Amino acid sequence: MRILIAVISGGLFGAGLWLSGMTETGKVQGFLDVAGAWDPTLMFVMGGAIIPMAVAWRLTRGRTPLAGGSYPPSPPPEIDRALITGSVMFGIGWGLVGLCPGPAIASLSYGGTGGLVFLAAMLAGMWTAPGLRRRLDSRTGLA
Amino acid sequence: MTDWATGLAGGLLIGLAAAFFLLGNGRIMGASGLIGGLVDGSAGSRRLEGICFIAALTGVPALLQMLSAAPVSTGLTGNLGLVVLAGLLVGAGTRIGNGCTSGHGVCGISRLSLRGIVATLCYIGAGVVTVALLRLFAGGL
Repeated sequence: MRILIAVISGGLFGAGLWLSGMTETGKVQGFLDVAGAWDPTLMFVMGGAIIPMAVAWRLTRGRTPLAGGSYPPSPPPEIDRALITGSVMFGIGWGLVGLCPGPAIASLSYGGTGGLVFLAAMLAGMWTAPGLRRRLDSRTGLA
Repeated sequence: MTDWATGLAGGLLIGLAAAFFLLGNGRIMGASGLIGGLVDGSAGSRRLEGICFIAALTGVPALLQMLSAAPVSTGLTGNLGLVVLAGLLVGAGTRIGNGCTSGHGVCGISRLSLRGIVATLCYIGAGVVTVALLRLFAGGL
């Protein structure tokens, strides 16, 4: 059951990324290019995705997931240094080439060598992250 | 269809995927969390679920590319040095910041999570500055 749900979700996610043009780096960089020929597509994609999810969050109230277990707890309200630093690092990489983790995976079959190189570097970055994060936390006295 | 219409339609599919994952498995559909959990072992007993999710995330677009009369191209830059740098930043950044466009952007904002909203403002802001600098100093995108 959990596996079937994961496959359907992953498939829908892939279809959505493909259809919306979010695996095309020009559309993503075009959205970030506010001083140039601004492309608003990403805003429509994000807006469209937030609508069903906002309904879904409401439906979680007083219920449990279909496959059992429990829903994720409310996120902590704290804005810490890791959240800001990590998100800024992500944004720089995202702006440089126009790929983020979902589209990098979704476009693997047609992204060519560049797509594979990006994926390898991204996995390496993810691999180093726990160590980097510990350093960041200890430097700021949060650990 | 115009870009905004396919964007909206694709966005609705992404939102449905995230809604299904939440209501079905009780989990947040965040690409960086699902991939990163497999990389650093934090996925634990959810490993197989993550692998199946990622397989479908790659497989369905591959199938659509084959069936479509208008297959898409990523248009990724040929500058592999830049690709490596960007990949490292995206990989490390999303794990340090605990999320990416799907986790913070779609799943976070839709529950009005302050962390999701702040993270989204940070990565969009950093992306806007980066693209502006690329334009200024590298002569375009």
